[in-house]
Amino acid sequence: MPGQEHARPQRRDEEPPEAPEPPPAAPSGAAVKEGLEDDIDSVLDEIDGVLESNAEEFVRGFVQKGGQ
Amino acid sequence: MVSTMTVRRIMGLETEFGISVPGDPLANPMFLSGQVVSVYAAAHGIRSNQSSWDYAFEDPLQDARGWHVDRDTADPSQLTDIEDPTLANVVLPNGARYYVDHAHPEYSSPEVTVPRAAVRWDRAGDAIALESVRLLASRPGQAPVNLYKNNADGKGQSYGTHENYLMPRRTPFPDIVRHLIPFFVTRQVVCGAGRVGLGVDSRVPGFQVSQRADFFETEVGLETTLKRPIINTRDEPHAVADRYRRLHVIIGDANLLDVATLLKMGTTSLVLGMIEDGHLTSDWSIRRPVAALQAVSHDPTLKTTVELVDGRSMTALDVQWMYLEAARSWLDARADDPVPSATEEVMRYWEDVLNRLGGDVMSAAGLVDWVTKLQLLNGYRQRDGLEWDDHRLAAIDIQWADVRPEKGLLHRLRDRGRTVDLVTPAEVRAAQATPPEDTRAWFRGNCVRRFTPQVFSASWDSVVFDVPGRPNLQRVPILEPERGTRAQVGDLLDQSDDVESLLRALATPE
Repeated sequence: MPGQEHARPQRRDEEPPEAPEPPPAAPSGAAVKEGLEDDIDSVLDEIDGVLESNAEEFVRGFVQKGGQ
Repeated sequence: MVSTMTVRRIMGLETEFGISVPGDPLANPMFLSGQVVSVYAAAHGIRSNQSSWDYAFEDPLQDARGWHVDRDTADPSQLTDIEDPTLANVVLPNGARYYVDHAHPEYSSPEVTVPRAAVRWDRAGDAIALESVRLLASRPGQAPVNLYKNNADGKGQSYGTHENYLMPRRTPFPDIVRHLIPFFVTRQVVCGAGRVGLGVDSRVPGFQVSQRADFFETEVGLETTLKRPIINTRDEPHAVADRYRRLHVIIGDANLLDVATLLKMGTTSLVLGMIEDGHLTSDWSIRRPVAALQAVSHDPTLKTTVELVDGRSMTALDVQWMYLEAARSWLDARADDPVPSATEEVMRYWEDVLNRLGGDVMSAAGLVDWVTKLQLLNGYRQRDGLEWDDHRLAAIDIQWADVRPEKGLLHRLRDRGRTVDLVTPAEVRAAQATPPEDTRAWFRGNCVRRFTPQVFSASWDSVVFDVPGRPNLQRVPILEPERGTRAQVGDLLDQSDDVESLLRALATPE
């Protein structure tokens, strides 16, 4: 007996996808907001405020021993 | 008989966290990692200054339920406590292992059965890392210790995020190798975490899809720290060895986004299921797979093609579509999937993400780590005119993975509603304290939670008790990953007021 019927995989070639949002069956989590372009300035502004102030020193100081 | 598994299978994730003390690149990472683990263990009443991980191998099971109380010959007094924090190694109440591996704190999630649970207990590990950092920061005189959920330092070192999948032993290993390599070469487009810089030491400016791709040198092998192989052959099942193998996957990146973790675990489990079932018959082997792995990683436009041994040239997305379509035909022919909705969730996200990546790549932001990171980096490049060799972009790449919500850049995006989350903060909190109900992790974690003072040691496949009044340690083997569930031992645990009564109940035949 075959399993339950499913839609065939739909490969959308060369067709721009819809704006990001969870697929229909996804649980109601946070929906992704509109593209970054819409509020890029405010996102970058906020991140400016938390970025390590001395990027070069911060990067140089991030030294790890190898792991698996 | 071990049946073929679908998206449902015993699985787990191990994360080695990057560790650093701001302004002190020479701080001893082994000592710091020990502090990270010990401070968390202490705050939860778990002793870490003892050899609390049981390394002993186990005997086969005897009892019908898989329970068999063993008498160890060692007297507890012969086993001295270990005070060295770099050996910190504990089992947590959620069934996970938290310990120092090489020079990194490592969280190994408890065994789960479905990808969404893998996401949840992986996120619990992130929360445990965060709490550890907070606890250390609150100690007077303690230098701040930061943890990062990433896999490369940009100076030439990498550390792993490993997946584990239980498989029936009877599946021929050559089949696993043949069908998994093309999948692993290409799945990074779905679950890569993105990295600033090309080459192991990032000497070539640019951005690539995967954290780990540049660190792989061979196709198949036992090593995990040198000459890393696409397929790792470590065969340590932590279960009944003649029935199971544990496939230890070392090629994955540390993911921060739920959908990427779901797809990493879910699609891999499906491909393993198809291999176990003999559903994959065509040979999709890729020529020079290590070079192909790196070529795919180095092209975020996803236009790069790889050459198959049959002569076809395909993009990584094309190869992923072949696996997805094979999975659909395989699932349509089965009526025995025990978790159809979990399987459908994986299939739906897989198809959706492949379609997004095949159209406007950036439309996968919020679902796929590397795309989300690249979108932010591109924002900075455009606003500030930065080139790929700018330190600020390298700093963003590192800070992306900081476990602290106020500093970690992915956390900042999540708080702004820019990520698709599959688990709630409340579910993550609960998973920090409680084990999954449907594996032996339930027994292991609850023993630690209920009987901490009497748990002498524990491991994936045993819990060892030091019972007052008994001269010998009492070892309970848990060799069957699906025995020790809440349904099987929940009542028994609830009704046992102490270890003595628990051991008595376990020793009593049903």
